[in-house]
Amino acid sequence: MYPRAFDYLVPRTREEALEVLAERGSEVKVLAGGQSLIPMMKLRFASPTTLVDINRLPGLDAIDAVNGHVRIQALVRHNDIIRSDVVRAENHLMTSTAPWVADPLVRNRGTVCGSVAHHDPEGDWASVMLALGAEVVAESRDGGTRVIPIEDFLVDMFTTALEPTELLTEIRVPRYERGGGNYQKLERKVGDYATVGVATHLELDEAGVITKAGIALTSVYVRNLKVTEAEALLVGRAPSAELFGEAAAIAAAACDPTSDIRGSAEYKRNIVRVFTERSLAESASIAQGS
Amino acid sequence: MEINVTVNGTPHTADVEPRMLLVDFIRSTIGLTGTHIGCDTTSCGVCTVLVDGTPMKTCTMFAVQADGRSLTTVEGLKRNGELHPIQAAFKEAHGLQCGFCTPAMMLVGSALIEENPDPSEEEVRWAISGNLCRCTGYMNIVKAIQLAAQNSTTGGTAE
Repeated sequence: MYPRAFDYLVPRTREEALEVLAERGSEVKVLAGGQSLIPMMKLRFASPTTLVDINRLPGLDAIDAVNGHVRIQALVRHNDIIRSDVVRAENHLMTSTAPWVADPLVRNRGTVCGSVAHHDPEGDWASVMLALGAEVVAESRDGGTRVIPIEDFLVDMFTTALEPTELLTEIRVPRYERGGGNYQKLERKVGDYATVGVATHLELDEAGVITKAGIALTSVYVRNLKVTEAEALLVGRAPSAELFGEAAAIAAAACDPTSDIRGSAEYKRNIVRVFTERSLAESASIAQGS
Repeated sequence: MEINVTVNGTPHTADVEPRMLLVDFIRSTIGLTGTHIGCDTTSCGVCTVLVDGTPMKTCTMFAVQADGRSLTTVEGLKRNGELHPIQAAFKEAHGLQCGFCTPAMMLVGSALIEENPDPSEEEVRWAISGNLCRCTGYMNIVKAIQLAAQNSTTGGTAE
């Protein structure tokens, strides 16, 4: 299968890339890993007339912990997350998620930032970033740098707050002292979309009380769904099986899965409940041990 | 667009349309047909080659993206006329049935052994989890990769 013909541009500096985006705007798609974009182009769901390949841009592949956050730059591949000592030391939820994204070959090429910018509601990373309260950094020639909270960034399925003239340069994930997180994913086979995915993240104070809670769901709503009501329930309380059961019931009620070849809506809703409860218990246990 | 790509150690220069897929460049322009096309939808992994040593699906890359890169296809595995340990092990352990997924399986296996000289069965299964064998001959593929690792470490051959 072949996409429609396009102009292929390979900028060598970030300024050059932003210049192209400023000039050509909505005709352009940015190519990073291309593991979602290229299949969509081949199926002609996407037909950009210009492709801007950012893979040759210097200074866009860092994973580091600076100024209170872990920074994941635009060219960080899924497998870079798995191999990263920084991520392993800093963030339990990201560490837990990376091995379950797509398959090993796609993970060699696909990027975290690209997955979030693509905003397929069946993508794992957007849920992770919602649970972690991440920020997205976008740059443009005329608008400078914008820092966008992830909840504002993810507008609707395949739609984000990124302007056509903007380049997503990095995602910032807040660092934490005493916390834990993990991702629960049900998939029929490696590389398939999630039937259900649940990301949770908890932070505790010295007394063991929950100070911050993140819960987000994959593949069970028209977009990745942050379950704010359940998060609010947890904050200020001590972890307990009963509390997590209550939060899980809220998550199950908040989602709106569709029946398809991966399972009935009722089945998926039940998996959301079970996974949310299980994931919260594990996150609390990690946080208590940290 | 003119690109320069090294394939199995040999430099090639070619003028390609930007939308040409890397797998078609390898098969049609370079003429190396050991790299197969299966699903053409990023699912099966039979089009895998090593791009600067890392396994990637060439149905999901454009040839222009390989400009300046070094590719290894199945034809590039043998050394000085001798089978690569992974090829010898696939032969000995009967790691193939119809052979369609075999080039990709051997490339993924060789990349795994480079990174992890003594992979467990689980690590091998994890590494090949992006590659489908529709004969379902996974048992012997896993055995072959482990045998290749063993022979590479001991310096022995599978023969």
